[in-house]
Amino acid sequence: MKSTWSRRHVLGLEDLSAAEITTILDEAARFKEMARHGEARHSLLKGVTICNLFFEPSTRTKTSFNLAARRLGADTVDFTAAASSLSKGETFIDTARNIEAMGVDHMVVRHSTSGTPFLLTKHLGTGVVNAGDGTHEHPTQGLLDLFTIREQRGRIEGLTVALVGDILHSRVARSNIWGLKKLGAKVIVCGPATLIPAEIRQLGVEVSYRLDEILEQTDVINLLRIQFERQRGAFFPSIYEYAQFYGMTSERIARAKSDVLILAPGPINRGVELTPDVADGPHSVILDQVTNGLFVRMATLYLMQLAREQALTTP
Amino acid sequence: MATMLIQGGRVIDPAHQLDQLLNLVIEDGVIAEITTGIPRTDEVIMAQGMIVSPGLVDLHVALRDPGGEEDEGTASGTKAALAGGFTTIAALPDTNPVVDNRASAEFVILQAERAGYCRVVPLGAITRNHQGEELADLGQLAAGGAGGFTDANRAVQSAEIMRRALEYARMLNRPIFAVPQDATLSAGGLMHEGYYSTVLGLRGIPAAAEEIIVGRDIALAELTGGHVHLMNISTRNSVEELKRAKGMGIRVTADVTPHHLAMTDASLVTYDTNLKVLPPLRSQEHVDALIEGLRDGTIDSISSDHRPFASEKKSREFDQVPFGVSSIETALAVVATVLVDGGLLDWPDLLRLLTVNPAKILGIDAGTLDIGRPADLALIDPAAHWTVDTRQFFSRGHNTPFQGKTLRSRVMKTIVGGEVRFSRQ
Repeated sequence: MKSTWSRRHVLGLEDLSAAEITTILDEAARFKEMARHGEARHSLLKGVTICNLFFEPSTRTKTSFNLAARRLGADTVDFTAAASSLSKGETFIDTARNIEAMGVDHMVVRHSTSGTPFLLTKHLGTGVVNAGDGTHEHPTQGLLDLFTIREQRGRIEGLTVALVGDILHSRVARSNIWGLKKLGAKVIVCGPATLIPAEIRQLGVEVSYRLDEILEQTDVINLLRIQFERQRGAFFPSIYEYAQFYGMTSERIARAKSDVLILAPGPINRGVELTPDVADGPHSVILDQVTNGLFVRMATLYLMQLAREQALTTP
Repeated sequence: MATMLIQGGRVIDPAHQLDQLLNLVIEDGVIAEITTGIPRTDEVIMAQGMIVSPGLVDLHVALRDPGGEEDEGTASGTKAALAGGFTTIAALPDTNPVVDNRASAEFVILQAERAGYCRVVPLGAITRNHQGEELADLGQLAAGGAGGFTDANRAVQSAEIMRRALEYARMLNRPIFAVPQDATLSAGGLMHEGYYSTVLGLRGIPAAAEEIIVGRDIALAELTGGHVHLMNISTRNSVEELKRAKGMGIRVTADVTPHHLAMTDASLVTYDTNLKVLPPLRSQEHVDALIEGLRDGTIDSISSDHRPFASEKKSREFDQVPFGVSSIETALAVVATVLVDGGLLDWPDLLRLLTVNPAKILGIDAGTLDIGRPADLALIDPAAHWTVDTRQFFSRGHNTPFQGKTLRSRVMKTIVGGEVRFSRQ
């Protein structure tokens, strides 16, 4: 298992092979199984320091990474700053290097600009895990979605998965597309034409503008959040109209496959992407996703530390 | 009378279809004779194996003087120009303050004289402070030496202002330079809109943002009879539109940059902020159309579009860094590598795009080897291989995506008014 892993950074699922993705998922499953047997705390990362370097607000991802690090026995430190407040003086690279100089082994980086975690790897000696960069990728979210689907269905290959909503501004969509395609799923992206980015079909996905047309063929529906904060200008006429065409309601659930899984990366806008009865209903695995996020992040940090130790011992 | 002989070089003068092994004689800073003979002179420069070209002419270079001295200065920028083979450059007016008045234009000329490297023609602003709202003092600017008018990277968004600028500049016999770009379609954009912008999650600038303004400016040139010069064109449809307009006799000219010819949007997978340029690097089909446009004469010129920035300005998040490449020291080598080594253009055709053609656009007497003209020359070693190393740049801007790349051909000497002002060891 460990021989299939040598990465010191996890920046996106585009970079990872199917075998590497499976390695993380298997490792996460092992952590989950151990937790189920009361073995939730480990000392695998004892003496390792992990910094949450967040240049964009986040509650659940940061909490999840924090908890994951501590469950592995690592020390954690948080650094949170609005990217805008840094823009006048110190650059984000200076900030990161200063924190590294305090003796940090891994950086968990969230930033509103795409590519920033990648740029940090050029300037830092620490491991870097991308906790969401702009509209590029959010690999651990993609991994926890894959984990949840695999856990519920026993497989990814051959399933039809729909990503619904704002594909243009969604880093979760990109990570999902790479991961799902690599593991053999069929992917449909569905949303208003204004929120489907250019040349998306080249990624090997199908495009639909009508949720009602794809309901019957999908095994999994991942309802992406409408990113009000990323939208410039008018991408659709109104929230009301969006909910009419793309909102998941119990009426739509009734027309979907009887065992359809409903995922949402959260935070959800209740009444927009999905109605409360769907969010809390039997098809929803939204809270399982959150639970699984912890184990996926434990697996990711653990594997990164293994790779770091290997890199330090082999000249 | 001081005399100099440049002996045994391949003398290329695109203006006169000259391409021959000849000797060039300079007397008192002026080209006196181009001959097969070997007259006795005070000084001799052996030029065997080298190309002897008219000094290169660059239509738009940011010297950042005044107000941006951390990025560049007139002395560093004009010395960098000499190292790139350029003997005349037009300076962009997007300084602080903006060159929108006569005193500022004269300051540009004064600074160039103080530096004593290459010749500098100021470009004046089209609109006051580049605001796009009211015309700058175009007549006063012209009187102060402005060779043309431009709002640099800011395309004038109002068609009405652009119309009046073209009419007024026509009266002054000066061109209007424009980077064609619709501000509403390009707002917030960071790279070419296409497959790679989708994968990288960087907001795209569609080709249409350029083509809309190219179409508009051509229509306004036709309406007014003014001369519009389109800077940095980058798309297939822009080339098509340009070809059509030229066929109709409309006064429109255009240039491209070396980087838009050498690279595509695929290179941005590294998130290298040195690849952030305006217009953005396009996809291969567009690059192919630009090269075809150079080959068939639709595109008139190549400009370095030198945009130097202090390193701290490019060491930021991708959306925070400014657009531009420090390009004047690599411009010739990049296009020679892509076009001449690539078998797409021969040396005389390439040099035409870098000498007489830009000189004509700017309406200046330069870019040729006419007898009696000041001896502005570039001596180029076409066989040289060299690796770009920004530590050897004269420019303060080290923002280049060509760092570490090996290029073909190198400027060895640059002569201005018969004086060797740059010589590479």
